[in-house]
Amino acid sequence: MTAHIDLSKAGILAESSAVRVALLPPVARFSLRAATPEQKALSKALGVTLPAKIGQCGRKGDIEIICLGPDEWTIIAPEDQAGTINDVCAAIYAKTPHSLTEISDREVTVHITGPKASDLITIGCPRDLDQLPVGEARRTVFDGVTTVLWRDGEQDYRLDLWRSFAPHVIALLETGCAELAGE
Amino acid sequence: MLLIHCPYCDETLPELEFTYGGEAHIARPENPADKTDDEWRDFLFIRTNVKGPHFERWRHAHGCGRFFNAVRDTVSDRFLTTYKAGEPRPDLAVLLEDAAKKEPSK
Repeated sequence: MTAHIDLSKAGILAESSAVRVALLPPVARFSLRAATPEQKALSKALGVTLPAKIGQCGRKGDIEIICLGPDEWTIIAPEDQAGTINDVCAAIYAKTPHSLTEISDREVTVHITGPKASDLITIGCPRDLDQLPVGEARRTVFDGVTTVLWRDGEQDYRLDLWRSFAPHVIALLETGCAELAGE
Repeated sequence: MLLIHCPYCDETLPELEFTYGGEAHIARPENPADKTDDEWRDFLFIRTNVKGPHFERWRHAHGCGRFFNAVRDTVSDRFLTTYKAGEPRPDLAVLLEDAAKKEPSK
């Protein structure tokens, strides 16, 4: 069953004694691709050092940068800072070739928290969550859908989903949320 | 489920994150027009189909997105090693020796 939900409205999607699933408000997202020699200049321009290891996150203020691949990062920032990020990268483009693409509207983020949050993730994600340290994130799979899984706390996760896959994943999370409470 | 080590992420991860990419180390001819029909057929279709250690490509599709190479035993499904795309073919004799050391019973 696919959930029929309004993805434009942030709020609680499902809640039980085991776990709470909520849709987070929109943020600005950018996909950044750059080769190794350009990383230093980009870090300086953004004010956040681009993490070098896949899965590590760099944070400063409200800006979060996660390394998703050897030359790929995603930048998350409040919506009002999107213009600034565009401008600082455009300013150094001539000397520092890179690709910065705004992907804000491509994804939605689901916040999963509660005593059984890890159990809920395991219904769709085959990863060993013990290997995912708090404060880091990984691109992985959730029931066939590519997602970015952020671990903000021991039982506190964020799941970035492509918008068109979100109803499918959210429906699974709603079912899991109810079932875990019944255990 | 197979556990596959991604040489880019440097983590051993479940098979569901990966896709298989066929035999490795098959270079596309620089100038296909120079090839005879038979040579072109061999490039397109003819594979070694080994029973035992097989050099093959995998892609970490739900992860870093990179293609890499692996040596997998097609009989036991055991991965002998994985290495980044573009790196030379590892020495099979050394790999088999290492695998034997890890599991003396086999």
